[in-house]
Amino acid sequence: MGGLSTEDLQAFGLTLRLAATVTIFLLALCAPLAWWLARTRSALQRLVAAVVALPLVLPPTVLGFYLLLLLGPHGAVGRLTAALGLASLPFTFGGLVVGSMLYSLPFVVQPLHNAFEAIGEAPLEAAACLRASPLDRFCSVALPMAAPGIVTAAVLGFVHTVGEFGVVLMIGGNIPGQTRVLSMSLYDHVEAGDYTQAHALSLCLLVFSFAALLVMSLLRPRRWANV
Amino acid sequence: MSDAQDGGASGLDAALGWNRGALSIALDVMLPARGVTALFGPSGAGKTSCLRMIAGLDRMAAGRLRVADEIWQDSNRGVFLPPHRRRVGYVTQEPALFAHLDVSGNLDFGHRRAGRPASLDREDLIDRFGLRDLLRRRVQSLSGGERQRVAIVRALLSQPSLLLFDEPLSALDAPAREDLLYLLETLHAKLAAPLIYVSHSIDEVARLADHVVVLEAGRVVAQGSPQATLTRLDLPPALIEAAGAVIEGVVIGHDPDDHLTELGFAGGALLLPRNQARVGDRLRCRVGARDVVLAQERQTGVSSLNQLQCRIIAVADADHPSQCLVQLDAGGTVLLARITRRSWRALGLVPGLEIWAQVKAVALGG
Repeated sequence: MGGLSTEDLQAFGLTLRLAATVTIFLLALCAPLAWWLARTRSALQRLVAAVVALPLVLPPTVLGFYLLLLLGPHGAVGRLTAALGLASLPFTFGGLVVGSMLYSLPFVVQPLHNAFEAIGEAPLEAAACLRASPLDRFCSVALPMAAPGIVTAAVLGFVHTVGEFGVVLMIGGNIPGQTRVLSMSLYDHVEAGDYTQAHALSLCLLVFSFAALLVMSLLRPRRWANV
Repeated sequence: MSDAQDGGASGLDAALGWNRGALSIALDVMLPARGVTALFGPSGAGKTSCLRMIAGLDRMAAGRLRVADEIWQDSNRGVFLPPHRRRVGYVTQEPALFAHLDVSGNLDFGHRRAGRPASLDREDLIDRFGLRDLLRRRVQSLSGGERQRVAIVRALLSQPSLLLFDEPLSALDAPAREDLLYLLETLHAKLAAPLIYVSHSIDEVARLADHVVVLEAGRVVAQGSPQATLTRLDLPPALIEAAGAVIEGVVIGHDPDDHLTELGFAGGALLLPRNQARVGDRLRCRVGARDVVLAQERQTGVSSLNQLQCRIIAVADADHPSQCLVQLDAGGTVLLARITRRSWRALGLVPGLEIWAQVKAVALGG
């Protein structure tokens, strides 16, 4: 097993950058979405929950295919971005971010949804009677009380983005330094029969994923358990 | 003296209710601007629902609610202040403390949002409720009594214009309950806002309340001073157990040899077990209807020390067909006696008759 080549290191850096970007965007997007899912009594709740969970069951290639059509020069979003003078998204880092966000969405929404539900009405009503407005309650009670769920959501979103392949394949292409992520490099090495490099990369991913899950379980505070 | 008319303007004027199928609540009360109002009634009477309506936590509730000079709700005019703008200090049966904050953080939550008003003495409240040594503790490590004390001080520090306490003592063991009840009694005189205190414990009501609202099956069935309300003959059957006189008097002396305290009140004097009160202190005690025995003559050769001359006002059915409730006037103080129908006949009792009431037991409060 040799060390990682320059190209592989580049792929590694790109993957981390992608996963970090996706995780941050997803947390910002999913916190209000999961809060709504956990609190609303709207009939739309089940519909939205099902749509959000869709990437769980859909083959990533299907997701990537539709995204490619949608974001491409003839797709609705593609035409919109073109009309606005923006670059086309497929085969760019931005396209990867959008695709990965969709793909990892349920892995971030689910833990947040569960964490918000577990808080229950009582602390929020107590906060309301202590003069906290709805936004104040979300920031000063719901978010801190859901902290373990937020950690879980972040780790799952990050790790899941690192490990994706199908969406990247469809929408990202394989451009070194721009869209060639770890899983693509690995695929290339195996295709080329370069098992030494493939081993090195696989081991890196394995260790990384395991470490992330370990950190997540260590970070989950026990003291919340009996609240 | 503690009726709604006391002091002119009332503190709270509510006509709130909701219907959910077979369940309905209708709260129609006018409460004094100061003091403690006990919301008293059997389990399931809708006491907690009333507090939630007042706090604005129940969006289904319709009607009117005015507290001091503020309209909190007026469904006809589409007014509904959300809970965070109502300024209620709500203490729930199970204290909902913030698990992510320590005791100090919990206390400051409402205090900070109220703008840390100078009129509230945070340090004094912390000392009086014995929270000084707990400030840095996580709330999960507190005992039931400690949690409830934190919840009460947290509510007081948010400078509420109305306090709502929902059976704050019910989850506590006897010593913790006694401690907290004593603290609430001492708090009573210093409260700037009216307090609505939900309870199904007659002892808590007798010790704390200036005003009693009796609730049964979602309806107000009686309200007034504890003295007048708890001696009514038409209390809901579930509350007959609680029926009895609340007597407020002044300590007129102690007998150190026999360890007795003499309490003078309109209508006579009662001997109580010696307590901490000093001569001249006002004390409240409760004489349950079951603890009163009637006799035609003043008795000698009986062990009960307390005998009061009374006149029979009225009689009514009690909770069992063999029993009746007799309302008595002891020189202006109303007493209740729960006796058998057979005794009523055998003694030839009729309203207007002069009679002696032997008091078997006096529960002390206040």
